[in-house]
Amino acid sequence: MTPQSSFMVLAAVNPTREAELRGLLSSMNTEPGRVKPDNALIPFERFDSLHVARLLIVDDRTVDDIRVYGIPPRTYPRYFSFLGDVDGDADAFLAEVARRAPDGLRALFSCCEGFTSGADLVAWMKAHSVPTAAGYVNWRGRTVQQVREEAALRDALEGHIQNHAAALKSLPPKEIHATLQRLVMADVAAGRLTLSPERPTPPGWWLGNLLNLIGVPLFLLLTSPLLIVLAAIGLIRLRRLEKTDPELCHRAAPADSAELALLEDHDVTNQFTAMGSLKPGIVRLWIAIFVLLIIDYAARHVYKRGGLARVRSIHFARWVFLDNRQRIIFLSNYDGSLESYMDDFINKVGFGLNVVFSNGIGYPRTNWLLLNGCSDERKFKEYLRRHQMPTQVWYKAYPGLTAVDLERNVRIRQGLESSSMRDDDAAQWVALL
Amino acid sequence: MTDHDVDYGDVQGMVRFGYKRMTEGSYALVRVRDVEAARAWLRSAPITSAITLDPPPSTAMQVAFTAAGLEALGVSAPVLAEFSPEFLAGLTEDNRSRRLGDVGINAPSQWEWGGPTRVPHLLVMFFAEPGQLDAFVQRTTADAWSEAFDVLGFLGTANFDGVEPFGFADGISQPQIDWSQQRDVSTGVIDYSNVVALGEFLLGYRNEYDKYTDRPLLDAGAASTGLLAAQDAPEKKDLGRNGTYLVMRQLRQDVRRFWQFISAQAGGDPKEAGTLAAALVGRTKAGDPLVPIQEQAIPGVGPQPDQIRLNQFTFDRDPAGVGCPFGAHVRRANPRNTDFPGRPTGLKRLIAALGLGRKEFRDDLMSSVRFHRILRRGREYGPGLSPWDALQPAPPNEQERGLHFICLNANISRQFEFLQSAWMMGTKFSGLTGESDPLLGNREAIPGCPVTDSFLIPEDGSVRRRVSGLPQFVTVRGGAYFFLPSLRALRYFTGA
Repeated sequence: MTPQSSFMVLAAVNPTREAELRGLLSSMNTEPGRVKPDNALIPFERFDSLHVARLLIVDDRTVDDIRVYGIPPRTYPRYFSFLGDVDGDADAFLAEVARRAPDGLRALFSCCEGFTSGADLVAWMKAHSVPTAAGYVNWRGRTVQQVREEAALRDALEGHIQNHAAALKSLPPKEIHATLQRLVMADVAAGRLTLSPERPTPPGWWLGNLLNLIGVPLFLLLTSPLLIVLAAIGLIRLRRLEKTDPELCHRAAPADSAELALLEDHDVTNQFTAMGSLKPGIVRLWIAIFVLLIIDYAARHVYKRGGLARVRSIHFARWVFLDNRQRIIFLSNYDGSLESYMDDFINKVGFGLNVVFSNGIGYPRTNWLLLNGCSDERKFKEYLRRHQMPTQVWYKAYPGLTAVDLERNVRIRQGLESSSMRDDDAAQWVALL
Repeated sequence: MTDHDVDYGDVQGMVRFGYKRMTEGSYALVRVRDVEAARAWLRSAPITSAITLDPPPSTAMQVAFTAAGLEALGVSAPVLAEFSPEFLAGLTEDNRSRRLGDVGINAPSQWEWGGPTRVPHLLVMFFAEPGQLDAFVQRTTADAWSEAFDVLGFLGTANFDGVEPFGFADGISQPQIDWSQQRDVSTGVIDYSNVVALGEFLLGYRNEYDKYTDRPLLDAGAASTGLLAAQDAPEKKDLGRNGTYLVMRQLRQDVRRFWQFISAQAGGDPKEAGTLAAALVGRTKAGDPLVPIQEQAIPGVGPQPDQIRLNQFTFDRDPAGVGCPFGAHVRRANPRNTDFPGRPTGLKRLIAALGLGRKEFRDDLMSSVRFHRILRRGREYGPGLSPWDALQPAPPNEQERGLHFICLNANISRQFEFLQSAWMMGTKFSGLTGESDPLLGNREAIPGCPVTDSFLIPEDGSVRRRVSGLPQFVTVRGGAYFFLPSLRALRYFTGA
């Protein structure tokens, strides 16, 4: 199994070069919201291990919100960020992109503070990398190559079914399965299709994952006496905060919404980037750290096959702390439109949203951290839209395919390759086609 | 009457009634020419309320406004800004067109009205019992009317006795509005119900989230004295209360193309053609569902035997789509699902909530339908054409036919737009791929999906049948988002 990993390079934009940077970013698109996969700066499509990538200028429109606590807003630089999700090791990808797109990267990074023409690209990107606090991968181990091979397999099956419709119609499911299996094997033998076997899991990753699996609960267990005391104190404080923390859920400016809308709904999948400041105080900070630790753990060990709890429309997502954990940025790749994404959130994983996002300034009022909050649909949607920011360049290696499509293709391939099928399994498999 | 009760006298009648006996109808699309004359006409216009009258009225008039229309009437910018963003942005914004499928020949640039140039200010709806429409329109458009408005056009309607132009029974499944506000949605809903919270269809009342949908709330003052107080903010005057949003789209239906395609697919066999057409629609021509009705009653369905025959069903017992294809028009429009598929309780519900109990590919794919219901109030237009006659080639200069689609909803983006984009136009609805709504789909390619013109018919224990190359049967010819105000709000707009 080839595990996925993520990278995120983040650097302050040199204010005198921002216009130039924006020009470079728009040169990577055919029109706003539509990337040129073979653009001259970073020809994404030539990187076989790259699932999704984005380049954006991180511009938080809500920095002033902290005034509601009587705290003067800090001034943060505008950041430029290049991030993505890849098969295998992220460092290896950074080395590859530095090797194959050095000019493009240099042109982009030269608009950032602290980049010199003599800088070593890989070293500079690593020095400017920010770690993920919690990451989610829709299907751990499914590589770009596998996605493409399985999509081709499905197309081939579609053709076979079309060509042999009459013959297949009279067959029981097990025979249909066997027939299609024979046809696909012939395709593979003739080189028309490739179905690469899974690669061995890198031992280092396997060990690290195992240590995480055991280590996190062990750590929590060992520190539980302390945690229980802290939790009790924290909970009392939290209950007070929940009752008094101000809500900031007014509508986003129409021009901002229009700018975001321009970039959305070009593919069946969309990007989402939102950012905000954490509520002041150590209680909120520690809740956020703890909750993201748990989410990361659950994503790593529980929700690794096709769904983040009940939500099946997210390809990749991550939460990242920025600026000494004063701010947090959430980035995701989801299927459907923003409205349906938010509905999915509210109706299917409301409790999960509340525990994380309610630590951000202005979130709709929660009750015991899990309850209410986003169930105030209107406030939650306004809150999220206000915190959303434009993503100037966004790439996905398999346009037109949703996470559910990918899952169906995995199931089709798994079924096809199974040598012995019971009758009802065969019927289920045939129904997937 | 308490503050809780609905004052039917304040609600425009079409929210409560379809005015079926008033078989004649006409929609006037107008622009304000003279504000004072427009206000004067509106003040004296006999707008019909939702009160039941004995004897029932033989004519009815309703009026709705676009954002441009409210502006033209002199509604102030700060008040206007509190209407919903989608109403203010309008139906024709680029991103919206992508989502709603208004691209290709459906694009607003091709529309006869509502597109970039011919945006109406007002929609005035006239309904009348047979033989009375012309006189009613003439009577009510005298006086200030011609001074007040530039008329973009009168859209005529036709009455096919509850059958839409393709020949299928229509309008047989409507949500039942919970006028008495008894519905309890506080703990999630696991059984399908056809009763929907009042706040989904009228502003100012609790919706399916148990909350109030955003609408303009005004400070108390001279101008707003005639308005009702907001239930959730009694110090404010609720301009939205008893009003709602109205979506109108003129949909041309190519009835010949539909039946000729079906007939060719069926090899000319009329019985086979009927079966295939029913699969696309998800009901027979008479309106019967393709899955058996259930014994358990569904709240808001019945008690009339006809309603039970037509609507006492869900798709729970058809998980493989062999009774009714997943992509069938009525299954897309209302998948009849709930917050928790499979009706789990207790520990199972907790497991389901955590997303851990999923087994089958299609489990828990869709959003709960109760947040996406609309009230349809459209009418057909053009000459009727039987499926049999539709097989003949069109005569020269054939008149257009179709549907003036009208729906009412309190939240355009969560109700109409979600339904239209995610479920009707969605090429990925319910785990499908390569198809959109068999009737409404525009068949346009989207990035990575060159094919969107097929239709999948699952077969029990065998390989599914894929119908390919569906032509575009329905074309959008116009449309706009309107606000259907309460009568109090109308008086506020007209300075009465």
